[in-house]
Amino acid sequence: MKNDTVLELHHIRKTFPGVVALDDVRFELRRGEVHILLGENGAGKSTLVKILSGAYQKTAGQIILDRQEIDIKSPRHAQELGIAIIYQEFNLVPQLSAGENIFLGQEQIHASGLINQREIIASAQGILDDLGVEIEARKAVSELGVAQQQMVEVAKALSLDARILIMDEPTSALTEQEITELFNTIRRLKQKGVSIIYISHRLEELFEIGDRVTVLRDGKYIDTCNIADVSKSELISMMVNRELKEHFPKLRAARGEEVLRVNGLGINGVLHDIAFSLHRGEVLGIAGLLGSGRTELASSLFGVSRIDSGEIYVKGKRQRIKSPRRAINLGIGLLTEDRKSQGLIMILSTKDNICLPSVERFSRIGFVDTREEIQAATQYVGDLHIKTPSLQQQVMFLSGGNQQKVVISKWLCCQADILIFDEPTRGIDVGSKVEIYHLMNRLTAEGAAIIMISSELPEILGMSDRIMVMNQGRIAGEFSAGEATQEQILHYALEGAA
Amino acid sequence: MTPKDFLLHYGRQFGTLIGLLGLVIVLWILTPYFLTISNLLNVAQQTSINAIIAVGMTFVIITAGIDLSVGSIVAFSGVVLASALQAAIPLPIAILIGLVVGAFCGLVNGVLITYGRLPPFISTLGMMSVARGAALLYTGGRPISGFSSGFRYLATGEILYIPVPVIIMVLVYVVAHVVLTRTKLGRYAYAIGGNEEAAVLSGVSVKFYKAMVYGLSGMLSGLAAIILTARLNSAQPIAGMMYELDAIAATVIGGTSLMGGEGRIIGTLIGALIMGVLRNGLNLLGVSSFVQQTVIGSVIIIAVLMDMALKKQRK
Repeated sequence: MKNDTVLELHHIRKTFPGVVALDDVRFELRRGEVHILLGENGAGKSTLVKILSGAYQKTAGQIILDRQEIDIKSPRHAQELGIAIIYQEFNLVPQLSAGENIFLGQEQIHASGLINQREIIASAQGILDDLGVEIEARKAVSELGVAQQQMVEVAKALSLDARILIMDEPTSALTEQEITELFNTIRRLKQKGVSIIYISHRLEELFEIGDRVTVLRDGKYIDTCNIADVSKSELISMMVNRELKEHFPKLRAARGEEVLRVNGLGINGVLHDIAFSLHRGEVLGIAGLLGSGRTELASSLFGVSRIDSGEIYVKGKRQRIKSPRRAINLGIGLLTEDRKSQGLIMILSTKDNICLPSVERFSRIGFVDTREEIQAATQYVGDLHIKTPSLQQQVMFLSGGNQQKVVISKWLCCQADILIFDEPTRGIDVGSKVEIYHLMNRLTAEGAAIIMISSELPEILGMSDRIMVMNQGRIAGEFSAGEATQEQILHYALEGAA
Repeated sequence: MTPKDFLLHYGRQFGTLIGLLGLVIVLWILTPYFLTISNLLNVAQQTSINAIIAVGMTFVIITAGIDLSVGSIVAFSGVVLASALQAAIPLPIAILIGLVVGAFCGLVNGVLITYGRLPPFISTLGMMSVARGAALLYTGGRPISGFSSGFRYLATGEILYIPVPVIIMVLVYVVAHVVLTRTKLGRYAYAIGGNEEAAVLSGVSVKFYKAMVYGLSGMLSGLAAIILTARLNSAQPIAGMMYELDAIAATVIGGTSLMGGEGRIIGTLIGALIMGVLRNGLNLLGVSSFVQQTVIGSVIIIAVLMDMALKKQRK
């Protein structure tokens, strides 16, 4: 064992009834390093991390922390051992201040038995300043942005003397600017000797922030290497065990009739003078930072947000889209940004999720034709290669990629031909991403029109026929596929049209 | 359905059924009279009213709601029905009136919850008091008694030795099962309870179907009122006290999650039967009603604890 090794895992095995989630996995973490944990969804990253954070118990294997073999019995125990985890969904109390959140559960108590509020705010401010972030400790968490809330989480972990910090997809909700700041903080933590286990699907950023990387595949250990010694395509092939010739298998489809036209669309204070058209067979990419109005545009086209001005023409006819039902009847489908809270009903089965928007179609006088439903669901599960043990399996037990395919099936099943995909590949593994791209090709070839909102510039460039960049609720620029570059798009997204 | 699918679907209810069978065996050993046909029919008859109300409660709870007003609606529907019968309104129309009054109260709940955006707890808590007050006002606090034998047949009659209330109960369960598994209303109830936002975004008219579910719960309370009035030969404005708790208990013991999106109608029947069997058995054993209350409360808590433990294990 090297001197600077903090944590070692040997032969870790974790089984669930009927599933081996981890099999003979090893892992080694050094002091002050950023160690990337890489793998497709279902590769076992989350399970491994949950074992370290005490949420799961390992079935077999050794965990050695500071040269002592230990068992991590509970999240509380992990905390005491100096292991902290920052999940994608934060565990903060929005009504309390940043400082109160940081010291939640470890409040200093006065001799009088009351909480020493001033002391809490002061120490919290110290930790935050030390992290190099500009957050007022007395501000309520609900008033902070996503990136700032994340920093409060980090500060909370540090207040507990965490030496090992696990970050699960920390950049997924951040803007480019915020990511830069996060990386600065991570570098500062490294200097303090904090070791970081970093999970992310964004290969680009791994090269920027990572020191070493461990790849898992199907619950097995594949390899650990120095980031400096590997290339992106090597990593990808380690993850999926097949060479991906290109990331974006874009095929151009014949451009057909216009199916959607928007004129002067506005929502007071949110969207201004939006105008564009969409034709069959094309993918219109919409780029822009968070808060640029991309998602609001999608929700106004889908009848969720009321528009204050402008006109929407669907297949040649002016329409007022007042409800999602109306949008669906017009052939519009919305794949939402947030699969778990808006896209799927996690507790229901694959079949019920796929068929939900189409229940009307499968019904005669209120009775649902179950046979027709099963037939349709079976078709899409097969057609889109959705990996599920059964149509009755609850979607919460499927992997992210398969869940996303269930959402797409929903819209295909109700015969939507104007598809709005808001971040279609967020949080899903590389293999599933490529499958989603192939699916988009197929859909456009069959005459569907797709609006693809994405924060990943390569995806926008790789999969769009035309690209629209939004900034502060306006269209800042438009490009056709060939002429745009990442720099240009980013420029318009950051600076606007002027 | 393959056997595996069946287990995915009804696994939780299977557990409840084993609980019921265990209870039956224990009572059989303790008191041989328990497992006689006449006693079992007796249990079924005593269970029928709670079981019918619990069907409505199951729909409501599947949508992640709650209905505290069912007991009061039983009382209010009962007295309106009774006055209609005494005014010599033809039996079928009087029965219809009883159902409509219940459904109306339920729909008011539904509209307050959906269009008024009130939490179900508050809306139905208010209705619990309003309907009770209305029943007392309507009758001046006095029971309305004495009905034709034709009406009383609904509680006292038998078809092939099976009491009419039991037959009504079975019919209600068959229809409710079909509605929950085979109709839009059922499909949407699960969707709304599972994730209301996702349901809206999938084009479900959430407000309409939610209001319908509360209307259904009210209507079934009206049906329970008809049987209760016929059995007692009297409609009492203070009838149905605490019925909401029995109905919630039967639903929850039967595996319907208060978080919504989960539950089977057959589970609720088993849940109602567990409560009925327990009451009957404790009576046969001569256990005091004070102790009975305590035992039944404990059973509810234990059932939910076991449910949670099993779910955790599955994950």
